[in-house]
Amino acid sequence: MYSNGSTMTREPVQDDGLALGLARLTPERIAATTQAFLKEETGARLQVYLDTCVHCGLCSEACHYYLSHDKDPSYSPVGKVNQTILQLVKKNGRVSPEFIGQAARVAYTECNLCRRCSMYCPFGIDIAYMVGLVRRLCFKLGVTPKYLQDTVNSHSATLNQMWVREDEWIDSLQWQEGEARDEVPGLRIPLEKEGAEIMYSVIGPEPKFRTQLIYQAAVIMHAAGADWTMPATPGWDNSDMAMYSGDYELMGRLKRAHFETAMRLKVKRIVMGECGHAFRSIHDVGNRWLGWRDRPIPVIHAVQYYHELLTSGKIRIAKKYDEAVTFHDPCNIVRGMGLGDMGREVAKALTPELVEMHPNREHNYCCCAGGGVINCGPPFRNTRVSGNKIKAEQLAATGVKTVIAPCHNCHGGLEDIIHHYKLDMKIKFLGDLIYECMEKPWE
Amino acid sequence: MHDVYQFVSGPLAWAAFGLFVGGSLYRIAAMILLARRKDVQVFEYMSLRYALRSILHWSVPFMSVNMRQRPVMTVVTFLFHLCLILSPLFVLGHVVMFDTSFGFSWPALPDQLADAMTLVVVAACLFFLGRRLSLAEAQYVTSFSDYAILALVAAPFITGFLAYHQFLDYQLMLVLHIVSGEAMLVAIPFTRLSHMLFAPFTRAYIGSEFGAVRHARDW
Ligand code: SF4
Ligand code: SF4
Repeated sequence: MYSNGSTMTREPVQDDGLALGLARLTPERIAATTQAFLKEETGARLQVYLDTCVHCGLCSEACHYYLSHDKDPSYSPVGKVNQTILQLVKKNGRVSPEFIGQAARVAYTECNLCRRCSMYCPFGIDIAYMVGLVRRLCFKLGVTPKYLQDTVNSHSATLNQMWVREDEWIDSLQWQEGEARDEVPGLRIPLEKEGAEIMYSVIGPEPKFRTQLIYQAAVIMHAAGADWTMPATPGWDNSDMAMYSGDYELMGRLKRAHFETAMRLKVKRIVMGECGHAFRSIHDVGNRWLGWRDRPIPVIHAVQYYHELLTSGKIRIAKKYDEAVTFHDPCNIVRGMGLGDMGREVAKALTPELVEMHPNREHNYCCCAGGGVINCGPPFRNTRVSGNKIKAEQLAATGVKTVIAPCHNCHGGLEDIIHHYKLDMKIKFLGDLIYECMEKPWE
Repeated sequence: MHDVYQFVSGPLAWAAFGLFVGGSLYRIAAMILLARRKDVQVFEYMSLRYALRSILHWSVPFMSVNMRQRPVMTVVTFLFHLCLILSPLFVLGHVVMFDTSFGFSWPALPDQLADAMTLVVVAACLFFLGRRLSLAEAQYVTSFSDYAILALVAAPFITGFLAYHQFLDYQLMLVLHIVSGEAMLVAIPFTRLSHMLFAPFTRAYIGSEFGAVRHARDW
């Protein structure tokens, strides 16, 4: 018998960030902060969601954590609500530090805010929103996972996620430009070109670990004859871990810097690299925090841009990738922007065969890295890998050796799953394949 | 017993209807006002087209993926809600009562059909009870109030059935039927039964977010 949200069996995990925050908490401080938070930052949505939920459990089937843990109900979407925000509201914040520790663990590491459950609840209750509220409260209480907080600290100090210094950023771009010029004579990565049509923006990890993506993007832009630029100032990073830690003030600073950089360069639009969470932050979270209903300047995701380049004939495909592939739908651009079909069209143009995973498109299973979960680092790696057995089974069932995932987080998540469940698969970005298969007039 | 009957079918009935209607209007108005202050995005992104699209897909049986994945639950849920709402509105006894009190009436359901619908509601309540007790994902989040609400919903139908067939003490059953019916009505705005009031709003909002902002389906 479950005593209403009190059974929870988890291996203890040592996270220095959570531990440090918890050590500073007192029940009085928790109550005062929670009460102020509930009063100031929540309203009709939370109230109606908690009142309307009939505890039917129909949302359970939506969650990959639940499915991957043999239907353990403490991983179900409503189960997570029950263990966290519902108790906080019921007890009006009179909970112990241990409770906050558990709630933080559930909210930061056992939910990817993937929003799949909203599609399974008959009332369309937005559980990801409620889990987000728990994160916001934990942030206000100073209880955040250490690794996640470190990326947030980097955002705060440098306006990028990876402690990349301004000169290092410029250096990385010039280095990639130099390398690419060996292959493509005359190629440029135009820095600070005022009035260009496109500002191309990437996430912090690109200059840090995945510089070849910048190289490839430059080659694709060059081949397409694009009028583009990249900023030489902070504001180049479109990523946003503050959105996931609950530090919305910082999220606002990041998005403002990004949009204002594009405005300063007087570009017509922003094209983003293949990242999902950054798209979410710009498309429908960070912009709202800043008071923009939409975006102050048009923003498109790489999938949309590649689609445009292929359909307009600006990029031509010379050959097909050498084997069949499957396509992973990143939550934030598929359930977040409906780009599933566009992504498939691009993938199909590049590959001999696309084998579907089921369910797919809006009904995809998350990679389990999203929502900042992968950024919670090594202490929670196992949570995420064991929490996504279902994705491993889905991948294995396709029988193919390559999975395309047009999202950085998905790459990280799928990589760990593929490794752990010993699947013999490679992961590719669409950009990797375009670079590999496109016509290169200079050759 | 006659006095009790007079009371529960007279002043108490007025009070119950008053609380139900007034309470419902109050809850909805309060919710809208609160949302205007605290959840501006709800209004900002509300889109009639996508709201209706979402409501449609969740009002027609088997139009959503989750409904197709759980056919038994879907059939039971739809029959339950249909019978729950229609049978009290169209059962002959209620229509006649309105006619004698207010002088207007509307077509009633044949007795046998109304009777069957009553049994469907009771059977569905038993099904939901069984589900709560046996399915881990429901059991885990079930608390006392969930059982209480289930009993509250079943009671007027059980007593109505018993009264109609004159099983047990007719007078007593009739009074219990009326009182439990009134209790259920009053509970709608003030308990989880308020999903009846809020469901169109929650669906409309998430439908708008999914459709107009995220260009994705929500079913
Ligand atoms: S991980 Fe996704 S499906 Fe699971 S609870 Fe969070 S938002 Fe819902
Ligand atoms: S499906 Fe909706 S109503 Fe049912 S338990 Fe989940 S959130 Fe609550």
